[in-house]
Amino acid sequence: MYTVPLPRIGADVAWRDAAKRLLGAAVPPEDILWDDDGTASGLFATQTPLPPVTRRIKVPQSFVELANTVVWHNDPQRFARLYTLLWRLRHQPGLMQDRADRDLAKLRQMEKAVHRCKHKMKAFVRFRDLRQGGERRSFAAWFEPTHHTVEPTAPFFARRFADMDWMIATPDVTAQFVDGNLSFHPGQPKPDLPDDATEDLWGTYFCNIFNPARLKVQAMTSEMPKKYWKNLPEAQHIADLIAGAEAKVQEMRDTAPTLPPQRAAAIKRQLDRKPPAKE
Amino acid sequence: MASLSLQNKLAILSDAARYDASCASSGTTRRDSRDGKGLGSTEGSGICHAYAPDGRCISLLKILMTNFCIYDCAYCINRVSSNVTRARFTVDEVVQLTIEFYRRNYIEGLFLSSGIIRSPDYTMEMIVQIAKRLREDEHFRGYIHLKTIPDAAPELIEQAGLYADRLSINVELPTDNSVKAYAPEKNPETIRKAMGDVKSRKDVAKERSYTGKRGKRFAPAGQSTQMIVGADAATDATILGQSTRLYGDYKLKRVYYSAFSPIPDATAKLPLIKPPLVREHRLYQADWLLRFYGFDVDEITSARPDGNLDLEVDPKLAWALQNRHLFPVDVNRASREMLLRVPGFGTRSVGRILSTRRHRTLRYEDLQRLGASLKKARAFITAKDWSPGELTDSADLRARFAPPPEQLSLF
Repeated sequence: MYTVPLPRIGADVAWRDAAKRLLGAAVPPEDILWDDDGTASGLFATQTPLPPVTRRIKVPQSFVELANTVVWHNDPQRFARLYTLLWRLRHQPGLMQDRADRDLAKLRQMEKAVHRCKHKMKAFVRFRDLRQGGERRSFAAWFEPTHHTVEPTAPFFARRFADMDWMIATPDVTAQFVDGNLSFHPGQPKPDLPDDATEDLWGTYFCNIFNPARLKVQAMTSEMPKKYWKNLPEAQHIADLIAGAEAKVQEMRDTAPTLPPQRAAAIKRQLDRKPPAKE
Repeated sequence: MASLSLQNKLAILSDAARYDASCASSGTTRRDSRDGKGLGSTEGSGICHAYAPDGRCISLLKILMTNFCIYDCAYCINRVSSNVTRARFTVDEVVQLTIEFYRRNYIEGLFLSSGIIRSPDYTMEMIVQIAKRLREDEHFRGYIHLKTIPDAAPELIEQAGLYADRLSINVELPTDNSVKAYAPEKNPETIRKAMGDVKSRKDVAKERSYTGKRGKRFAPAGQSTQMIVGADAATDATILGQSTRLYGDYKLKRVYYSAFSPIPDATAKLPLIKPPLVREHRLYQADWLLRFYGFDVDEITSARPDGNLDLEVDPKLAWALQNRHLFPVDVNRASREMLLRVPGFGTRSVGRILSTRRHRTLRYEDLQRLGASLKKARAFITAKDWSPGELTDSADLRARFAPPPEQLSLF
């Protein structure tokens, strides 16, 4: 029996390394205990060292891509599920194309969940200006991802916000980007971030870009689930926008047409004098 | 006039911009700022950073430079004869708002439009100036969508295309006659000419010179347009016919359909209606069938004699119900073209069916795992362990999908 402890930071590399060694030594899935959170190592204190790297393991590229995503899922079974598929791939090289296979379908579903979580993180992280002075501006955000998505998503923020320093703190892992260097640290409780006046402007924009005549609350919540709202500054306006929508539209309907402002006539005269088109 | 605060201007000028449906930020070149000398990135697919309670994605800071306008388009909140409060951003204000919103990860970039002030050239010049400041002074590498003003000088459009990812110009209404009736100062031919110019500039930019060098990138995310639906009497057949021409002639990336929606201080010329949201949705579905599923306009719009789409069921299902003699389709043998016509099968599930059936004969349960919507598809397919029997031809098949009748409300 092998017990493989996996660290919270760098789990992808650790799992890949262990899987290569175990597969190289032909260790079947049922002889491995993948220890996600450090609980299993206490139960089975005697750890068998992992087998040495013996040979190059060839796996389909599509498996590598799948594994690189699924390792960030929050299901404690993810490592075991991946290894089981890897084990089956030895004798079924075409397996990756079989979308109807149960094991693979489950992993694809998990992959989709991680992709969605990464996407939502890219969308919903909200930075606040720390106003620290200095050459580079610095910003910080608090975010609560569903899966372990900080590590695979941080490079996106590094590519996008390279000319500023930033930190994304989460209960799971915290990412820091300082002077162009990205680093990861253990998760933390929610930090106290200073108020940022730009959030009010953003709220103003959110309220005014909303069209009250097209209320579709479910279309909003399916893409921006409520679990994210507490960390989105604009979400505080949602309840009032929904409550006031009907009255606003009714007002537009009830208002009698007005007379054009005075300048309208003057502008019309001017336009009539010189045709605007120059074809 | 008393000067407005930035907050007030933003309120007025985003309120004025919300009738433009597009908020797309995808399909442009890949860029990033890893060199540390700029801000922003674009990586193929855009990101919706928030959703308003109208269910629409907020991806870009979508604002007007000003809502002063010398034109008098009946459907528009900003027409000269309206009494809405007017405001105008300075170049600096738009640049700062974009950059500060972007740094906080609120947006993918800027979608800048404007009312026409003084002249089309003057207005276009101001728009270009903002884009230039963002790109050259702020080194902004995020997404920029600029509205091009019909009648503006070609040099200005050319500059706009060098700074912007996407250009758009709205055809406004589905027919030339409607444009003449409701937007008297706009000329449909001029609008089409402007779209043609953008297309040919894009074509030129793609060609290589004799040294093999490529031209400067011109609006890499292409151009789009918008049509207001429900303000005039045009049928869906007319609207989709117009879209097909636009996609074909001008290589548009997208045609947006915008349900005519109540505006403050409306004109008596165009009474307010409840925005036809279902109709708008069906038009988008039909638009997709035309572009990705191999349907012709006539096939989609001939289902009903009045030339409008069925509001109760989606256009693919409506087509299938009309053409039951072609079904059921065997998922283990049918061609890609035919599978794409099965209600409940999307382009992705069809791709998965094709790759999976090389390995096994597909059963009903397999299809579920592939992500197909079998509630719709089951009546139109056969699989190894599934046959719809009488279902395909049953008289009440349509009733199974259409929503139960409900009392109509006035609004």
